Amino acid sequence: MPSILLNPRASSVPRWLIPAERAVAGIEALFDRAFGSAENPLHQLGALSFYLFWIVAASGIYVYAFFDTSVAGAYRSVEALTHQQWYLGGVMRSLHRYGSDAFVLTMAAHLLREFVKGRWHGFRWFSWLTGVPLIWLVYASGLGGYWLVWDELAQFSVIATAEWLDWLPIFGEPIVHNFIGRGATTDRFFSLLIFLHIGIPLLLLLLMWIHIYRLSHARTNPTRQLGLAVFAALLLLSLFKPALSGGPANLDAVSSALDLDWIYMFAHPLMYLRSPGFLWVATAGFTLLLALLPLLPRPRPEPKAEVDLDHCNGCSRCFDDCPYVAITMVPRSDGAPHLRQAQVDPELCASCGICAGACPSSTPFRTQAQLKTGIDLPRNSVQALRAKLEAALEELAGAAPVVVFGCDHAVPVTALCATNTACISLPCAGMLPPSFVDYALRNGADGVLVTGCGAGNCNFRLGNQWLVERLEGKREPRLRPAVDRERVRVEWFDRHQGAELSGALAQFRAALPARPLAPEGREMFWKERRKTEEPGRDESSD
Amino acid sequence: MKTVLRYLAQAVLYGAFFAFVGYFSTSPRFEHLRPDEALIRISFSHAAQRVGECRERSDEELAKLAPNMRLRTVCPRERAPVLLEIDMDGKPLYKLTAQPTGLQKDGQSTVYRRLTVKSGQRHFAARLSDHSSGVIGYTKEFSIDLAPGKVMVLDFNAAQGGFIIHQG
Repeated sequence: MPSILLNPRASSVPRWLIPAERAVAGIEALFDRAFGSAENPLHQLGALSFYLFWIVAASGIYVYAFFDTSVAGAYRSVEALTHQQWYLGGVMRSLHRYGSDAFVLTMAAHLLREFVKGRWHGFRWFSWLTGVPLIWLVYASGLGGYWLVWDELAQFSVIATAEWLDWLPIFGEPIVHNFIGRGATTDRFFSLLIFLHIGIPLLLLLLMWIHIYRLSHARTNPTRQLGLAVFAALLLLSLFKPALSGGPANLDAVSSALDLDWIYMFAHPLMYLRSPGFLWVATAGFTLLLALLPLLPRPRPEPKAEVDLDHCNGCSRCFDDCPYVAITMVPRSDGAPHLRQAQVDPELCASCGICAGACPSSTPFRTQAQLKTGIDLPRNSVQALRAKLEAALEELAGAAPVVVFGCDHAVPVTALCATNTACISLPCAGMLPPSFVDYALRNGADGVLVTGCGAGNCNFRLGNQWLVERLEGKREPRLRPAVDRERVRVEWFDRHQGAELSGALAQFRAALPARPLAPEGREMFWKERRKTEEPGRDESSD
Repeated sequence: MKTVLRYLAQAVLYGAFFAFVGYFSTSPRFEHLRPDEALIRISFSHAAQRVGECRERSDEELAKLAPNMRLRTVCPRERAPVLLEIDMDGKPLYKLTAQPTGLQKDGQSTVYRRLTVKSGQRHFAARLSDHSSGVIGYTKEFSIDLAPGKVMVLDFNAAQGGFIIHQG
């Protein structure tokens, strides 16, 4: 039996990025083996960054309580905190530092992962673009924190940064003049630094919120297990290698060698190796490149979801389920006796079809010849899905026939196709209305297996979660309670887990209870059905 | 057994990540200066002489101006660039022409430069011109013992007589 790919051009990855995407997928596969897909840290990099931000913020508040905002007191107070209460203050300081370092790394990994997955264009441009200034803010926050310690490293970093800024011909008096020679730096500088070290992270938090503004149900917390493990690892690192200061800052001298934090300060040596101008070109160029990336040529977007008002009753299920807030509920415009109607913003629509899966009109049991639903994908319509399913069901033969609904972004289901296995791939597993499962079981399939991207790794964020909740009866539209749950299975596998999916299918088929409708009976059923339906389905009734 | 292996793999991956964090948060050491080097920072801002001479306006010229603009003496705004030359042990170490800031070139000339030199007893000669003719208006010769890792700041303040040396 041939596989049925509803959406063969699903990938948003440009051709030139495919090798990198495969390499990253390979690394993710390794992590999947160790953690499982649901706990894989690489699937939660954004959430991990949020989590680390809160660790850094909480530990920073504690450290600030003991900080003396003055030239003479800054170093002394941090030293006292580090050594006199190493068990709490010292640990907090270390958590503050290592959390910040880890934040940079998770942010960089998140950026790289989203880049190689082609998630920087189309409906995702906003999240991508608002992520770019976050990099600057993270570095500004981190460097400012290092300066507050006012040790040799702070002195080196503040002067290097001032020299870099002074390259711009916009400052009347060079900033670096404030840091050369004894007495050049005053207590007011530390007041300014504290203001910046609190203000910039607050701005960072605001921008992080804007960054996820176009995501509904944005995931800002990692799983409990991952969160606990990361915190425990940070704590261990803080205990085994506490963050320490260098010697106190002395503007009359320069330390010949420094224990540099390369994660935050790699740009300083680069500047001294080349020049401040070079560093400006490099940083500005990198920023521009990232910011302009969404304008590069990209795969043609899929046609966006469309609302059919004749079949929309304004129930707002699509609005609730859309992962990218592309749907709003607006006052009715067609005089129908409903208060509201769904409206799709094409700029935000991902063409995932989750809305079609949520629509109560998306049921194959409706007797229209042309199955219309309230909201649908023009290229991958619910009507097409029913037609494909019916064709597949009719061809099913052999023992324990199973329909497999797959996802274009997960394991290709083509490899599973057989005389007793029908394969239907959807743009997202979340597009599958539960009634299709019921329909398949009532029309010849002994079992229905639904598969999609690995747990916690749904390409459209929420498709897996919504589907499971619908099948479990926790979310509308629900799978009918009378459906035999033994005949329905959901398995999440990433693209590299083809063998696991085959195994899961074999296991599922073997466990299926026998059904009264033998293969011959199934053939009869379809013959009868054709006889009754061929003259034409009722065009008007539901 | 499989679960144990998975937990082991997780521990290794967590360990690798946080070992990376722990190591690169302080290592490798960055050698900013070699042990036998000292640093010279040349840092000052100075408003050089005007390029042209000031002149007195005639009564006719003043009469054409609004009452609040009738200043008798008028000077050209543009300033000359600052020329700076520094020799160390009789050899040229640094030479710079710093243009005045501002769109009208009427602001201060600003100089900032960091120079790494071998430590030890050094003799310096500094010369500065702030006149459009290029005539050297300020000079200073001095010897100094530059200890390793120390910073010497060469400042300039015309009101205080010219070059000022700070050393820690």
